[in-house]
Amino acid sequence: MLLISCPNCGSRDETEFHYGGQAHVAYPENPNELNDREWAEFLFYRDNTKGAFAERWLHSTGCRQWFNMLRDTVTYDIQAVYPMGAARPDKSAPAPESGTASTAPDSTTTGTAAPSIAATSTATSTAPASATAPEGATK
Amino acid sequence: MADLLPEHPEFLWRNPDPKKSYDAVIVGGGGHGLATAYFLAKNHGMTNIAILEKGWLAGGNMARNTTIIRSNYLWDESAAIYEHALKLWEILPEELEYDFLFSQRGVMNLAHTLGDVRESMRRVGANKLNGVDAEWLDPQQVKELCPILNINDNIRYPVMGATYQPRAGIAKHDHVAWAFARKCDELGVDIIQNCEVTGFVKDGNRVTGVKTNRGTINTEKVGLCAAGHSSVLAEMAGFRLPIQSHPLQALVSELHEPVHPTVVMSNHVHVYVSQAHKGELVMGAGVDSYNGYGQRGSFHVIEHQMAAAVELFPIFARAHVLRTWGGIVDTTLDASPIVGTTPVENMFVNCGWGTGGFKGTPAAGLTFAHTIATGTPHELNKPFALERFETGALIDEHGAAAVAH
Repeated sequence: MLLISCPNCGSRDETEFHYGGQAHVAYPENPNELNDREWAEFLFYRDNTKGAFAERWLHSTGCRQWFNMLRDTVTYDIQAVYPMGAARPDKSAPAPESGTASTAPDSTTTGTAAPSIAATSTATSTAPASATAPEGATK
Repeated sequence: MADLLPEHPEFLWRNPDPKKSYDAVIVGGGGHGLATAYFLAKNHGMTNIAILEKGWLAGGNMARNTTIIRSNYLWDESAAIYEHALKLWEILPEELEYDFLFSQRGVMNLAHTLGDVRESMRRVGANKLNGVDAEWLDPQQVKELCPILNINDNIRYPVMGATYQPRAGIAKHDHVAWAFARKCDELGVDIIQNCEVTGFVKDGNRVTGVKTNRGTINTEKVGLCAAGHSSVLAEMAGFRLPIQSHPLQALVSELHEPVHPTVVMSNHVHVYVSQAHKGELVMGAGVDSYNGYGQRGSFHVIEHQMAAAVELFPIFARAHVLRTWGGIVDTTLDASPIVGTTPVENMFVNCGWGTGGFKGTPAAGLTFAHTIATGTPHELNKPFALERFETGALIDEHGAAAVAH
């Protein structure tokens, strides 16, 4: 049983949560332009990391809010809990999420979300396509 | 009394050092790797081959599954490959000259809701059309076949009937591995344990060798049979797989006199139970929800399957759990395996068998060996190509196949 620190509710048993798989997978920026290979990547291909893995969790029987978590898939140690829309804390380069439906309402979902993080998640929608499209389009 | 197990010879295979080069290298010394090597040698005359196993032979999922063998899958493609596997299971003890105690005691898949009943009856029809033995049982017939099952309506989800496949059953998984290993060894296959693959040597997009903790081994062809670690190997080779690795747990009770004559699976209250030859009750259920390589899962998953087992089998209430464990299963989104070519030339992959790989062992070996030897898929594994995730020709066995995920 994992003991998971919900950003809003504090430490709770794993049974209160729902697993959401790999984090930072953005909906394609230009869905009409994707070929079959790229759709396959978006729909069926996810990282299957052995080691530190960024993943989404939903506190389904608590605050019912999504958040991100960094967890080691071998030891199951939870290394970080961080808000939707925020960059992965163990990577120096920020990975902006664009186009994900889940990033927008972050400022109300997490007690720990810093203003700068909230700004990041909304800013991406107006950022130049070149800043976000290449990664977002194929993930 | 419980069945007596046969005696084994002291040594079943050599422990050779790796040679400089092989015609083919199989990565993974579990059931699928062993079966693949066996059929490569037997059907295709490829005997200058090696199996590389990072731990000990058949110490991964081959030692951790609940040994259930059945072929009552819904879709034509699945029924074909699993039924072929079942037919091979029926002849393999003789062919391998090794009694691995394949006991065709039948498998029952319970229905607990009207939806279950309709789906089950549909599957029985589909199975019959595909030459798979299947029948529908009403609750009274369920009780006759398995008297310890509670068919009263005093439980949350009463038993409304079941599908039954009489030719299904269980086998001793360790013995299966040893049977294949001994034959592989006799045919000249090198089984190399404690040999972990750390990378691949490529010439352009063609694989030409395998890097291991025991040196680099040159090879014409590589076949990946690494189940939960398939993604890790694919990443080393430079391609991705649509696989997520999850812990899948199982457990056994202490030994009991024979009380459970068949195999019972319930998707709805979610447990599957058989009684092993020695007498322990063997149970499993679904995967832990999160990705994991830890060969262990969370206890509430065990608790859930125990609750289901006690509800269906009140007699189990006073049995004790002796041991629980976990394996790493390689799941796909359509709950069907991937057996075929990869984006890397001369590299082939057999993975994605998820929670049900044991039953498929002989067919995985047969078709994968064919694919490796000829470079093209066998008729049976053609639909299970990696490309199906692009073409959309999925074989969606989630929930369709009496699969207890």
